[in-house]
Amino acid sequence: MKRKWNWPIWIGFVVAVGGLFSYEFFAQFPITRDFPWANLLLFGIGAALLIVGLFRAFGRPQRYRGKVFGSIFGAIAFLFSAFFCYEIFYVLRQVPASSGAPRVGQKAPDFILLDQSENPVGLGDLLSGSRAVVLIFYRGFW
Amino acid sequence: MRSFQQRLSDFDARGVRIVGISVDTPEINRRQSQKLGYTFRLLSDSKTQVIRRYDLLHPRAGPKGSDIARPAEFLLDSNGVVRWVNLTENIAVRARPEQVFEALSQLPSAAQ
Repeated sequence: MKRKWNWPIWIGFVVAVGGLFSYEFFAQFPITRDFPWANLLLFGIGAALLIVGLFRAFGRPQRYRGKVFGSIFGAIAFLFSAFFCYEIFYVLRQVPASSGAPRVGQKAPDFILLDQSENPVGLGDLLSGSRAVVLIFYRGFW
Repeated sequence: MRSFQQRLSDFDARGVRIVGISVDTPEINRRQSQKLGYTFRLLSDSKTQVIRRYDLLHPRAGPKGSDIARPAEFLLDSNGVVRWVNLTENIAVRARPEQVFEALSQLPSAAQ
């Protein structure tokens, strides 16, 4: 008898892999970036489907396929989600403390830097004529 | 910074200037601001002098082990005094414009 297609394994794998590769998309929006619940949800759905598929494959091997490739897909999906969690919950939080940064009430150190048109811009230029200035230090695009 | 660009007209209306600072060269800044549609200034601190002065250096976190800035946001009043600061502990979590508007509303009227 021909064994049935074990769809939860395939769909689960695609959803779990999507959980990793959709990070760049979800990172555009603060609500899915501050905490990556959308990606974790995809991993969760993918894992649930994979588990269902694997139960079928190992529980009723005469009816469902997927003992071998289901195990491989499951392992890959697990590694992807583990890598994601390592990056999100460990690597992204390795930000050096900044005890010497200007504090509230202190005067911000002066500077002169080139803007994108190669014009020198000083902090004084930015402050003059404005009610306030927001300095955003960022990692850069390289 | 995308969210700050989206609210830039609201910042303009309140007389608030937005400025980005990173290790990127002016050329990269020009290209990136065109690509991303940023109309505020991006300043280049490729020697990390200002980043160091603000104690925001993230050593060896950049390309080829170079030093870059850790993310941080400061609100300065018209006298250059820090009125609000955000030193994130998670690279993915940055200040939102709403936080800055909230901090602006707390500024004493003398400084407005």
